[in-house]
Amino acid sequence: MAEAEFSTLVEVSLRVNGERVSRRVEARRHLIDFLRLDLGLTGSHAGCEHGVCGACTVRVDGEIVRGCLTLAAQLDGADVWTIEGLSDTGEVRDLQQAFVARNALQCGYCTPGMLATCADLLERSPAPSRAEIREHISGNYCRCTGYEAIIDAVETVAAARRAATGQVAIGQATIGETAE
Amino acid sequence: MKGASLAYARANDVSHALELWRRAGPDARLLAGGQSLLAGINLRLNEIPGLIDISRIGELRGVADLGDRLRIGALTRHADLQADPLVAAHAPAFAQAAPLIAHAAIRTRGTIGGSLAYADPAAELPACVLALDAEIVLRAEAGERRVAAENFFLGLFETALRPFEMIVAVEVPKIGPNRRHAVLELARRSGDYAMAGLVLAADVAGGRLHDVRLSYFSMGPAPVLARGAMAALDSDEGVEAACAALGTDLDPVADLQGGPEMKRHLAGVLLHRAVAGLLGHSPVSGGNHGRG
Ligand SMILES: Cc1cc2nc3c(=O)[nH]c(=O)nc-3n(C[C@H](O)[C@H](O)[C@H](O)COP(=O)(O)OP(=O)(O)OC[C@H]3O[C@@H](n4cnc5c(N)ncnc54)[C@H](O)[C@@H]3O)c2cc1C
Ligand code: FES
Ligand code: FES
Repeated sequence: MAEAEFSTLVEVSLRVNGERVSRRVEARRHLIDFLRLDLGLTGSHAGCEHGVCGACTVRVDGEIVRGCLTLAAQLDGADVWTIEGLSDTGEVRDLQQAFVARNALQCGYCTPGMLATCADLLERSPAPSRAEIREHISGNYCRCTGYEAIIDAVETVAAARRAATGQVAIGQATIGETAE
Repeated sequence: MKGASLAYARANDVSHALELWRRAGPDARLLAGGQSLLAGINLRLNEIPGLIDISRIGELRGVADLGDRLRIGALTRHADLQADPLVAAHAPAFAQAAPLIAHAAIRTRGTIGGSLAYADPAAELPACVLALDAEIVLRAEAGERRVAAENFFLGLFETALRPFEMIVAVEVPKIGPNRRHAVLELARRSGDYAMAGLVLAADVAGGRLHDVRLSYFSMGPAPVLARGAMAALDSDEGVEAACAALGTDLDPVADLQGGPEMKRHLAGVLLHRAVAGLLGHSPVSGGNHGRG
């Protein structure tokens, strides 16, 4: 019983935006404070800190979570992606461009969480209806823009991605035919 | 707001968790999905000296087929219930209820064990286990015991759990070929706790319902079986008679979501919709939310 004693400080080793990070964290430290204060990744925002507003939404092990309702101490071995990493890899570039084009942000406070949530939706559902988009972002509050422009932006990106992957699929079919 | 300083320990398995808990004392808490507990800690609602993180105990997660029933591990997440093929086939109420709980980014971490232990009167899963006549499997260092859902929810945020006792699983009978489930609720916005909600389970044969089980949530301090309405539907007295019986079955208390009169009215509206849905008169859809 030597291991796993109670402690107010916890060692964690995880990946953040693809890079290995090892830190000793306070047990009460939630993921957003860990990212912002310990790692200097200030793209993730804390709003309400009790699960209601969605400003803290980030990706952990392939799924979106509330950063304010996840302790850093729980994340030993986890794979965390924030808006910084999602921007650097270009994964959400089309969403970001569509948000700008449609005026889907003003102050931008909700935007990193909103983008993580929208990217999650498009990964699971390539052709979401407006009602499905609305439902998926129901846990992300935007206090300035209103939601119509955000839904427009997501719809536009979904259509553009379908068009692009449609071309890829045709390309693969052609290759398949010649190979046979 | 930030939580107060606290101690943390990660449990490797169930007996380890129970041992850590005993050593930390009764005020320490098990940390499952954290979707209720960490919100309370951030708000400093209660002083919690220590957390025992059970979220990595593999034996507590997932759904198993036991022949005549399903065993749903305590750490099975709301998102798992939503997607699990065994749940969809054999206990569809859970699959219907899960998307109504909170939002996508909360369902990826919130667990069925946490929801039942927390026993929020407006929560969907407690009402599901009640209507589906499930058993809650509990473990303490002294051993395991089973409590029928009907005897588990005692009052406002109050359950039959004893000190140092945890939920390890829920066991629920599989549905027969004629059995149908409906989970309906009314909420102001998608993901909000419901103003009123029900879980209806019944065999459908000969154009009527048999062996009806009907529970309500957000109607009082704990989820409640509507026995009068169940009897009225069982004896084919019709939905109006069942709605009349709700008058004595339910004793809603006013909360942030509305007063007792409105809740009573909504209970009847939902029952009409649920019965019509099971009888195939109109589609049963999971929720009915105001537009956000
Ligand atoms: C914004 C928001 C909206 C929400 N909306 C809804 C909703 O509409 N409907 C709904 O039902 N819920 C809702 N929830 C709550 C959510 O479903 C939680 O996931 C659930 O109540 C608790 O599950 P958890 O696994 O996160 O438990 P935790 O938060 O980890 O724990 C909750 C409590 O249960 C205890 N506990 C946990 N697991 C066990 C166990 N196995 N045995 C014994 N005790 C245990 C803990 O010690 C703690 O006291 C919402 C939460 C938020 C933040
Ligand atoms: S800061 Fe996490 S939901 Fe508001
Ligand atoms: S852009 Fe300001 S909160 Fe959404």
